[in-house]
Amino acid sequence: MAKLEILVYPDERLRQVSQPVKVIDNKIVSFISDLEETLSSLPGCVGIAAPQVGFFERIIIVDVSSRPQHKNHGHLVLINPVITFSAGNSIGREGCLSVPEYIGKVERSQNIEVKAKNELGAEVSYQMEGYEARAVQHEIDHLDGKLFIDSLVGKRNTLKKRTDL
Amino acid sequence: MGNWYMLTLVGKDRPGIVAEVSQVLFEAGGNLGEASMVRLGENFTVMLMLQIDAEKEEIAYLLQPLGKKLGLFFHIDEIAGNLHHHVEPNFRLSVHGADQAGIVAMVTGVLAELKFNILNLESDVGGSPKKPIYIMHIEGFADCSHSSLEQSIKPLINEKNIVIHLVPIDTMMG
Repeated sequence: MAKLEILVYPDERLRQVSQPVKVIDNKIVSFISDLEETLSSLPGCVGIAAPQVGFFERIIIVDVSSRPQHKNHGHLVLINPVITFSAGNSIGREGCLSVPEYIGKVERSQNIEVKAKNELGAEVSYQMEGYEARAVQHEIDHLDGKLFIDSLVGKRNTLKKRTDL
Repeated sequence: MGNWYMLTLVGKDRPGIVAEVSQVLFEAGGNLGEASMVRLGENFTVMLMLQIDAEKEEIAYLLQPLGKKLGLFFHIDEIAGNLHHHVEPNFRLSVHGADQAGIVAMVTGVLAELKFNILNLESDVGGSPKKPIYIMHIEGFADCSHSSLEQSIKPLINEKNIVIHLVPIDTMMG
């Protein structure tokens, strides 16, 4: 296991679109283990995406279990995740390991269904809402070369829109 | 790199003020840090952090022609730069009700007793001119529980007949 270095904006590699994982082989398993260690070394962090450490395959880890006030599915390794349903909108505050010292408000879908493979290669599907749904959308954006600062809404628009965080 | 200043500008609003001010500062070798501009009523207001290799008097001299041209009052204070020291809010309060004197003082007075640090406050007067309503949003940090904060603001709701929504803020870090 090894803690991996986080790429930091404006590193152009964060703009790269990641490729689907073809086979969950030893290389992928070993990488997931390193990604886990990296995430767990970052207090307060609830998610990480492979391209944030310069590995351009579609893998994310999300774990909201440290915030039991939000509905969550615990520790999730999602390989080739796809959002198959989304509904509702909510504005919430986000930060990113790859954009240090900046927090901004982003509009996301309130409810999503995500389908993926887990680390054992099994097909999984989750219905998520609120905070956990936000985390998954944030991490999947990384797989498409997008950062939360591409989707900011202004600081002063809390008066008109529902804010859940 | 120069010293840091807080530059405050106030005047009647019109398009192009930010562009003209920032151009003058840029041409003088100034570097802008964090800034907050908002139109309050019909007034243009901005506070901006300016880093520049100049004394306060030199900045004033630089801004005087522009102030005259655009009808802007300005004020300059020496400050510590201290960028990259953000404090994240953990609570948001939304307050609204019939406009009346003392809402801000009462609400923020209760918050101050709890050592609630207000990081962002915005307020508006809406409704009709005959029946104005006051709407205020406060974001800040307090080292106390949601329930203790809720208990403290509860008496205000009855006393002033206002609505106060208290929401915890949980920033998603990914």
